[in-house]
Amino acid sequence: MEALISLAVKAIFVENLALSFFLGMCTFIAVSKKISTAIGLGISVMIVQSITVPANNIILSYLLKPGALAWAGFPDVDLTFLGLISYIGVIAALVQILEMILDKYFPPLYNALGIFLPLITVNCAILGGSLFMVERDYNFSEATTYGIASGFGWALAIATMAGVREKLKYSDIPDGLQGLGITFITAGLMAMAFMCFSGVKL
Amino acid sequence: MSQTRKQLLVDPLVDNNPITLQVLGICSALAVTSSLNVAFVMSLAVIAVTGFSSLFISFLRNYIPNSIRIIVQMVIIASLVILVDQIIKAYAYEISKTLSVFVGLIITNCIVMGRAEAFAMKNTPFNSFVDGVGNGLGYSLLLMCVGVVRELFGSGTLFGITILDPVNNGGWYVPNGLLLLPPSAFFIIGFLIWGVRSWKKSQVEAREYKIQSLEVH
Repeated sequence: MEALISLAVKAIFVENLALSFFLGMCTFIAVSKKISTAIGLGISVMIVQSITVPANNIILSYLLKPGALAWAGFPDVDLTFLGLISYIGVIAALVQILEMILDKYFPPLYNALGIFLPLITVNCAILGGSLFMVERDYNFSEATTYGIASGFGWALAIATMAGVREKLKYSDIPDGLQGLGITFITAGLMAMAFMCFSGVKL
Repeated sequence: MSQTRKQLLVDPLVDNNPITLQVLGICSALAVTSSLNVAFVMSLAVIAVTGFSSLFISFLRNYIPNSIRIIVQMVIIASLVILVDQIIKAYAYEISKTLSVFVGLIITNCIVMGRAEAFAMKNTPFNSFVDGVGNGLGYSLLLMCVGVVRELFGSGTLFGITILDPVNNGGWYVPNGLLLLPPSAFFIIGFLIWGVRSWKKSQVEAREYKIQSLEVH
């Protein structure tokens, strides 16, 4: 249990997907102009992330790993090279299913998140989360914790960024830095602030 | 005709750079720029994927039903990325370890998707190929600029060859450790954008609020 909490804290603060691995930057920069939309997107990323990482973990350990197909009578088959295409397929399919479920059973939530859901398929943070899970060899419970925590970390980062940008638009910024330039520099300062957590260990 | 092709290739370098103007593909770009070797391999991988994915998608553009085009594009891009990933693992294993997940993330790199969707679906295969390579080059140009600054001032080397002799080797240069850490990439890109936009005034974004200027009495 302690190991899982430590993993979660690490995924949220120290190895924040947005600020220390630059994942999901396109949406991070594009959708962080208003706090309300940023929070909406953050929550959807968190939901999708906490489903896809464990799902991909199951696929990896029962279908793709060397020897994973032993239950089907093929102990010598190694399908890891199909990894990338299956992860992105799972992500695209899950996002689609999630969209349909929300539409059917939770219309208010669907209306709030509607526009962002399809965007999430091509959000690098989602695919990145799954790939980190593979690279670090997480088991199922670690993968679930990592999925939830890294999604939360991304949501936290985009919500704070939106807060800063809402104030920032009233300031006098040199012409060339206006918009994109100053946003990058702000993100840099936030990344530095998040690095302060790097000593934290539980 | 060749004039327009040249334009397709050169335009994305500065005038319509995918990173500084279109805000595409920043995702996987920045983490790989702390050393030039890695940035160079990453650039080659991206150029190959953007070029060939545009080429193949453009070949198939008349046969792809509109409703499932995203998934078809995704499959083409993912297959190309798998190919590139396997090649890098086979011929540059050390670098593939450093690149870790970022080669896989070319799949969700918005430049590839963006060019497929915006250009390759409407144009002839060869033009799409040139456009894809051009955008890949625009991305690489920025990646290399950031990489040069980070590696030269962060560890005093370029492509692993010592240029500024660092202090811990008995030299004179005190390496700036911050440049090897993630935040520096944000600052460098921010300043690069500032530079590009001071040069090409037309890229400056409009202000949302006009600051009232003080009148001098």
